[in-house]
Amino acid sequence: MSEPTPIDQPVLELRNVHTHYGPVHVLKEVSLEIRPGQIVCLLGGNASGKTTTLKTILGMVSPTSGEVVIGGRIVNGLPTAEIVKLGVSMVPENRRLFNRMTVKENLEIGAYLRSGDTSEDLDRILKLFPVLEQRLTQRAGTLSGGEQQMVAVGRALMAQPKLLLMDEPSMGLAPILVTQNFEIIQQINQAGTTVLMVEQNARLALSIADYGYVLQTGRIVLNDTAQKLATNPEMRRAYLGEVD
Amino acid sequence: MDSLLWGVRLIAILVLIWGVAGTIVQGLNGAGPSAEAWRDLVVAGIAQGAMYGLIALGYSMVYGVLGFINFAHGEVFMAGAMSGFFVANYLWQVHFWDNYFVLAILLVLLTSVLTSMLVAVIVERVAYRPLRASPRLVPLITSIGISFFIQYSFAGLFGVAVKNYPPAPDSLRNRIGFLGLEIEGTKLAVIVVALISMGLLYLFVEKTRTGRSIRAVAEDKEIAALMGINVDRTIVASFAVGGVMAGVAGTLWSLLFRGVAFHTGFLPGIKAFTAAVLGGIGNLPGAMVGGLFLGTFEGVGSQLVLAGLGIPAVSQLKDVVAFTALVLVLIFRPTGLFGERLSSEDRA
Repeated sequence: MSEPTPIDQPVLELRNVHTHYGPVHVLKEVSLEIRPGQIVCLLGGNASGKTTTLKTILGMVSPTSGEVVIGGRIVNGLPTAEIVKLGVSMVPENRRLFNRMTVKENLEIGAYLRSGDTSEDLDRILKLFPVLEQRLTQRAGTLSGGEQQMVAVGRALMAQPKLLLMDEPSMGLAPILVTQNFEIIQQINQAGTTVLMVEQNARLALSIADYGYVLQTGRIVLNDTAQKLATNPEMRRAYLGEVD
Repeated sequence: MDSLLWGVRLIAILVLIWGVAGTIVQGLNGAGPSAEAWRDLVVAGIAQGAMYGLIALGYSMVYGVLGFINFAHGEVFMAGAMSGFFVANYLWQVHFWDNYFVLAILLVLLTSVLTSMLVAVIVERVAYRPLRASPRLVPLITSIGISFFIQYSFAGLFGVAVKNYPPAPDSLRNRIGFLGLEIEGTKLAVIVVALISMGLLYLFVEKTRTGRSIRAVAEDKEIAALMGINVDRTIVASFAVGGVMAGVAGTLWSLLFRGVAFHTGFLPGIKAFTAAVLGGIGNLPGAMVGGLFLGTFEGVGSQLVLAGLGIPAVSQLKDVVAFTALVLVLIFRPTGLFGERLSSEDRA
C-alpha cells in the first residue's frame, strides 16, 4: 500500500468527536470526511448540532474527545486564529458583518492573517460581486440583505481558504437571492475551494452537493452521496417534506 | 412618566435661559467679569477639557472592547503624573530642568506615558482577564477595588503629601499672542499637545492594523477571532492605548497645576468618565468632544448660568455644574451627544 498523496488526503476529517456545552452532550461520536474539491452538506433540523460541528472545527468550542484533523494535522485545542491560518474560513450564520466598518474594511479584514498586498484578491471579489464596487466606502450596516451576504462571502474568500464553511447560507434571504447564492457557492467550488455547508433547506443543499451527512440530536444518522440521499425514502419523509 | 420627563426638560431650559439672561444683564450694567476674564475662563476651560478628553478616551476604549467602566482609569492617570514627578524633581535638582526644559519635559512625558501604559496593562492582566467570562457587573466592582488599591498603595509608598512639580520656565508661563488672543503659554501648550494626541489616536484607530482589530473586537469578538485576530492581545492593546493617553494627560496636568498626590486621579477620573458618557460611551470622537465640552462648561457655565441666578462664589461650584451638565445631557439625549442606540445586549 502506498502512502496517501496530499491530493487524496481529506481536507478535513472528524474522528469520533464528542462536544459538550457544560453538562449538555451536543455532538455524539461525529465522524465525517471531506475530500479536496467537494461540496459537502451537513443537514438536520433545529438543535441537531450543525452549528456546533462548525464551531468545533474552528476551535471556538473544544471537543471533549475525538479528533479534528485539518490537512492531516490534529488541531484539537488550537486557537481559532491558528485554525484559520491552516486555510479554513467561515461565512457565519446571519452574516455578522462589522456593521460600523466600511464594506472595503470588512473585505480587507478577511485577509487579516495574510501579509502583503491583497488588492488582487479584492479585485477578484469585486469581479465575483460587481455590485459591491460602488458600495466600498459605505458602512456595511447600510447594505441590503443580499449585498451583506455578498460581503460575508467575499470576506471569507479574502483569506484564500482551502476549505470554506458556510453556516445556513439561505437563512434570511429572499428566494431569488437564495438561488443566486447557491450558484455563487458552485462557482467558488469550481474555482478550487472545498465547501462544507450547513443548511436547513435540504433539497437545495443536495442539489449542488457531492456528499451529505444528516445530523439528528448530535449524532450522524445518515451519510451518502447527495444523489442517493435525495432519493433515500427515509430522507424524503423526514427532511425533504415529501409523502409517498 | 413621559410628561414628567418633558416637565423636567422644560424647567431645565428655563433655568438655563434665566441664568444666562441674568448674567448678560449684569454684564450690561458693568457688574460682571471683564472681557479678559471671560477669555481666560474659556481658555482655562478648554485646557481642562482637553485633559478630560484624553482621559475619557481610555474609558471609552475599554468600554468599547469589554463593555464595562474601568473605574481604575483615574489611577492610571495619577500613576503617570506621579512617576513623572520623580523624574521632573531629579532633573530640577541637577539643573537640567531649567537649562533644557523641552528635553526635560519630553523625558517626563515618556516616563509618565510608560508608567500609565504599564499600570493599565497590568491591571487588565491581573484583575480583568480572569473575570472575562463573568457578568459585566463583576469587573466593574473589581475596578472600584483596584482604584482604591492603587490609590492607597501610592499613598503608602510615596506618602500622602502633595508633591509639587518644579515650575515651568517663565517663557512658557507668560502670555503669548495666538490668533490675536493673549493666552497663557502653558495652557496653549496643553491644548495643542492634547489635540495632537487625540488626532494621532484617531489616525491609529482608523488607519492601522491594530486599530482596525480594536474596532473589530469592539463590534463582535467571536467574528474578530474568526478573522484570525488575537482577541486577548487586542484587548491589551486597547488598555495600553488608553494608558498612553492618560499618561499624556498626567504630564499636561502636572505642567498646568503642578501638585500631584495619591488622590489626584479621583476627581479628574470621574469627570473624564462623565465626559465619556456625555459624548456617548464607546464613541472615541464623542469622548474627545465630551471632554472639551465638560471642561469648558464647568469653567464658563458656572459663571454664565449661576452668576445670573444671583448665586455667590460660583467658581466653587464648578463640580456641581459639571455633574449637572451630565444630568442635563442625559435628560435630553440618554445615549450621549454622539451615542448610538444600544441594544439591550450592549448595556452593562
